[in-house]
Amino acid sequence: MDGDISTILGSCPISLQDSTEVLLGHGSGGKLTTDLVEGLFLPAFRNPYLEKLDDQAVLEVNGARLAFTTDSFVVNPIFFPGGDIGRLAVNGTVNDIAMSGARPLYLSAAFILEEGLLVAELQRIVHSMQEACETAGVILVTGDTKVVNRGSGDKVFINTSGVGWLEHTGVISADQVRPGDTVILSGTIADHGMAVMSKREGLEFETEILSDTAPLNALVQVMLEASPNIHCLRDPTRGGLATTLNEIARRSHVGVVLDEKRIPIREDVKGACEILGIDPLYVANAGKLIAIVGGNDAKKVLERMRGHQHGQEAQIIGEVVGDHPRMVVMRTGIGGTRIVDMMLGEQLPRIC
Amino acid sequence: MKYLDEYRDERLANKLVQEIERCLTRAWTIMEVCGGQTHSIVKHGIDYLLPKGVELVHGPGCPVCVTPLEMIDKAHAIASHPEVIFCSFGDMVRVPGSRTDLFRLKSKGADVRIVYSPLDCLRIAQSNPERQVVSFAIGFETTAPANAITVHQARQLGIHNFSLLVSHVRVPPAITSILQSPQNRVQGFLGPGHVCTIMGYQEYQAISAAYKVPIVITGFEPLDILEGVLRVVRQLEEGRAEVDNQYSRVVTHSGNLAAHQIIWQVFEVCDQKWRGVGTIPQSGYKLQPEFEAYDAARVFAVEEIDTEESAICISGQILRGLKKPHECPAFGKQCTPQHPLGATMVSAEGACAAYYNYGRHLGVEPAGSQPLGVSQ
Repeated sequence: MDGDISTILGSCPISLQDSTEVLLGHGSGGKLTTDLVEGLFLPAFRNPYLEKLDDQAVLEVNGARLAFTTDSFVVNPIFFPGGDIGRLAVNGTVNDIAMSGARPLYLSAAFILEEGLLVAELQRIVHSMQEACETAGVILVTGDTKVVNRGSGDKVFINTSGVGWLEHTGVISADQVRPGDTVILSGTIADHGMAVMSKREGLEFETEILSDTAPLNALVQVMLEASPNIHCLRDPTRGGLATTLNEIARRSHVGVVLDEKRIPIREDVKGACEILGIDPLYVANAGKLIAIVGGNDAKKVLERMRGHQHGQEAQIIGEVVGDHPRMVVMRTGIGGTRIVDMMLGEQLPRIC
Repeated sequence: MKYLDEYRDERLANKLVQEIERCLTRAWTIMEVCGGQTHSIVKHGIDYLLPKGVELVHGPGCPVCVTPLEMIDKAHAIASHPEVIFCSFGDMVRVPGSRTDLFRLKSKGADVRIVYSPLDCLRIAQSNPERQVVSFAIGFETTAPANAITVHQARQLGIHNFSLLVSHVRVPPAITSILQSPQNRVQGFLGPGHVCTIMGYQEYQAISAAYKVPIVITGFEPLDILEGVLRVVRQLEEGRAEVDNQYSRVVTHSGNLAAHQIIWQVFEVCDQKWRGVGTIPQSGYKLQPEFEAYDAARVFAVEEIDTEESAICISGQILRGLKKPHECPAFGKQCTPQHPLGATMVSAEGACAAYYNYGRHLGVEPAGSQPLGVSQ
């Protein structure tokens, strides 16, 4: 899960071996981040849990299966339409746990505060985290606070870690996807990224675009009740729908075919993307999930999702195929064909 | 979305494709001039829909691509000054020069900012009076009025800590240069919709008449492009060569006269180097002498920087429609968007980058003409 580390300048298509410095693009969630994870972190700490590269690790302890995850949040601005850094920090970790099918239980929170941050702002953030914990049904059980000199941070950075419990016995992971499976998306894409971007860049549109930040654990529980054939769950945060689907296609060595017309997107978000020349497929979400479902259960799962407040606009957006393994192909709105690759770096507004 | 979905209608697209097919008695090569059109063609898979007899080749109309390498090096030299706030359009920021790019400069401490309008630079200049604000003024006739008015306003408001690094290009001389080449194989053009919104299309009538070539001023949505292709094909099949305006919802014969006025107040035509192509006479704008105090190249004395291009790159041939990106031996191997060797790989609108980003080098078959067989 992300913390939107990258400002709009947050990308640079230069691979790790070429860089003597860390670039903002290394935090963009795209190819540069993958280079950093696979080129530096994975070789250093290699083990079967880490190798799965899921959003969380599933650990077996005395016969019980626990999901464990961590995430840092460095979003700028800290307050944005539809949410704030605190709500994002709770929901992000709750969602990363939930994507294994686990029930999130306990969270930690660590705050790195910049000298000079207004206490009133911190209060707002903490209050919003408290609300988010109540909504998601998790308890914040431990934490830490550090303060750095003015100029050494950006108001507030928050790390949250979390533990959840897997009641079911199945394996839900990016490497479990098979040809014939169906791709379901829980709702509209690109809301969060465009909300933050329009606030950050001071862009005004007719209607205010709101972040979709939301806890998805209750939605996941409803889906698990509907079908034992959910093969993969992912929340497409940094890098957006396109990058997450590419990661799944690569991990499971399958192809994905999307239907552009079925991908839900709000009119105002689409308009903002068009104006800025940004492809919504690569824009971050904060309260959406992709479910890859097998065994003809897709319609059943979809129906249950639509009955839940965070899945009302769920759609079947594509299918998993044996052809063109490791690639995502989209049938475009006019009936053409386009390959949807991973994001290289953050997208940049085009000149014209 | 209103005014957009109408131009992305699958049924109408199919109709246009069938009509193109019906008109076609032989093969034709058509160039879309604009990078925005190239991007749209590849993004929507329009070329997958066209009959085999229509070959689209990709023109020189990507402003980021054709900005000369030495200009980018000049930008980097200026941005490295500690007192400078360097402002640029988004997609120019990641274009590598011969040694670095603006992202790397930023990671080393340079103050590089993305702006949506050059006028934002004046605001930045006013709120940072102790700094020098430099705007990278690139682009075709489309962006020239906004850059011109920024300089004009800077003078009116007495803002002296602002300057413009100018690398403007004009479309008509580039089309003429393509048509004059002995190797030219372009038989008709989809003309530049946004450029003509500003400039009108009268300049193109002389070109069309002189070289007996159809030019259809075309928009950027899928139906615009298909209709533009149809209109070019009709002219070619009927032996006509005229300027036609497909993009009439935006483009008029004379263009935006207020924009012309500000352009000619601030700029004058000059010979201009195009990345990958070389110098084309009369193909650029530079600041008029009375505005030279706002010329960043003079203010920062970077006029002497000169740079050589990679010898392997064939972007010059691609920009003239002689070759397609995947015909280059370096495409997708030594040359990728992460490591562009030349002009057409550097921006999302460059033909090579568009081919690469949309996986045209991967050889995937069309996704099929039917929507997914899942009912809801």
